[in-house]
Amino acid sequence: MFYLIQLLNAVQYGLLLFLLSSGLTLIFGIMGVINLAHGSFYMIGAYLAYWLAKLTGSLWLAIPIGIAIAFGIGLLLETTIISRLYRRDHLYQVLLTFGLILVFEELRSILFGDEVHGVAVPALLDFSIPLTETLSYPVYRLFVTAVCLGIAGLLYLVIHRTRVGMMIRAGNSNREMAASLGVNIPMLFALVFAFGMALAAFTGTIAAPISSVFPGMGNQILIICFVVVVIGGIGSINGAMIASLAIGLADTLGKVVAAEYSGVAVYLVMAVILLWRPQGIANKA
Amino acid sequence: MTHITLPRPLLIGIALLLALFPLFGATYYVQLGAKILIMAIFALSLDLLVGHTGLVSLGHAAYFGIAAYALALISPKYEAANLWLTLPFALAAAATAAFVVGFLVVRTAGVYFIMVTLAFAQMIYSIFHDTKLGGGSDGIYIYVRPELSVAGFKPLDLESPAQFYYLALILLVVVYAILDRLLHAPFGRALAGIRVNEQRMRSIGYPVFIYKLAAFVLAGILAGLAGYLAACQFGFVNPDILAWHQSGIVLMMVILGGMGRLHGAVLGALSYVLIQEVVSAPALLGAYSKHWQLAMGSLIVVIVLVLPHGIGGFIDVALRRFSYTHRNGDRDDAI
Repeated sequence: MFYLIQLLNAVQYGLLLFLLSSGLTLIFGIMGVINLAHGSFYMIGAYLAYWLAKLTGSLWLAIPIGIAIAFGIGLLLETTIISRLYRRDHLYQVLLTFGLILVFEELRSILFGDEVHGVAVPALLDFSIPLTETLSYPVYRLFVTAVCLGIAGLLYLVIHRTRVGMMIRAGNSNREMAASLGVNIPMLFALVFAFGMALAAFTGTIAAPISSVFPGMGNQILIICFVVVVIGGIGSINGAMIASLAIGLADTLGKVVAAEYSGVAVYLVMAVILLWRPQGIANKA
Repeated sequence: MTHITLPRPLLIGIALLLALFPLFGATYYVQLGAKILIMAIFALSLDLLVGHTGLVSLGHAAYFGIAAYALALISPKYEAANLWLTLPFALAAAATAAFVVGFLVVRTAGVYFIMVTLAFAQMIYSIFHDTKLGGGSDGIYIYVRPELSVAGFKPLDLESPAQFYYLALILLVVVYAILDRLLHAPFGRALAGIRVNEQRMRSIGYPVFIYKLAAFVLAGILAGLAGYLAACQFGFVNPDILAWHQSGIVLMMVILGGMGRLHGAVLGALSYVLIQEVVSAPALLGAYSKHWQLAMGSLIVVIVLVLPHGIGGFIDVALRRFSYTHRNGDRDDAI
């Protein structure tokens, strides 16, 4: 039973990682931009959840409002700053988005302070399923797992079955060709970026009741997402899915086996993959 | 873009001026000066990778921090450690870490390299942060600075701010000279070739992997030297010194000064530390000075957008105008 709970936690953590890293890998695959501020939007989502839930009294209201705000900030950021980076070297993309992290992190500190905040689980889902006499599993975590799976499925359908998805795939494989066939690339880029940011913020929102809301939370998870993207292969959603689940398992297993060194487990997985397939598991050499 | 070096008489003049500084500056400014010299060594070490080999590392603080921790871990608690023993040990620790990480990361390129160097640096951070090895998140204090003695005679007393400044200055000059020599030697030319066209270097028959790994380890050792000095100066180490913020900041210094120029790295370190002094001064900005990262972050964004060649770019233009330009091989992408 103990292992069942750990397995459920691993899958739930892995799926949260997938929501974040799918946005990261899509933005990189389509626009060629490495966006360090992706983690900041995860943090923004979590703080919006905390703030809006307190304001409106319900996480259910906080989620759509939070998504809308993040989408707006993402759109603004893309049109004013990020769009100037598309033809620049990765070095400058890294540096500029590093600057953005500092800005977001300080704005967070000014607006919300540096304390750790908790976000209440919505009353509707605030109970646990008893597994044995002493062990039980909180329903909210199952809910998060289900939502993540739902979004992953939706993402798959949008990308593979719709016209917008076709444009995204076209932009991913050959930007110039897609543009010359009449795809409005600047608008597509702006929308994909804003969508990625909204997705990151949404992940932060639903993760807030589980992980609590604290300074630096975005950076911590960003680096894990990088590991996911490196393992999965840049631009590959399927790779990101496999890698997220692998990292979720490695992290949870690490915590069970050697708690002090659990931070290392994830990176060891990456080291092995680098030796075996430096281009990631889903990409061809 | 041409590879630009400052004329040697100018460099010697600047070094002499820097040597005169402790005679006039107040203690606080001498300490600030030493901090700038240390950060300049750190920025130079990263510029070897970013500006000269074309490897953008976002985890360079790891080697800085490992050497700092190495000093803290082997220093006796209440007496001075021997510099001749602790410095080689710290540099060896940084070199070992850089070799192990480099062996894995150098096989990747471009954006993978950025993410992988960051991830391994974070792994090293988490080891020092989560385990008792280096005192956890509290870090370790170094109560007494190491002692520099030659056969019983002490040429420099490192507890004195001015003499510590001289040690940092001497080491900066040595590192600068070594790198300048190296970059003009066949090794440095090979690194430049790898930066411009790795494929071609490989087809000519250069062992590109070995060259990149050697550059990565050397950069790690020099970062370790800076880390060792920083640990001496501040008297404590904690996981923050190898956090990825530190890696981002040193990258910022390289760009701010203008990458691919040795004097650029030094200028970048100087400007960064001075800007930080100004924006974090309570006298100027009052309560907002504790949110100085907001100003710094905005500045980084602006510099990337409007000043991609950094301060060094201006100097290049000035130098060309006075026809001091030394053309040392072509940096153009046309190769």
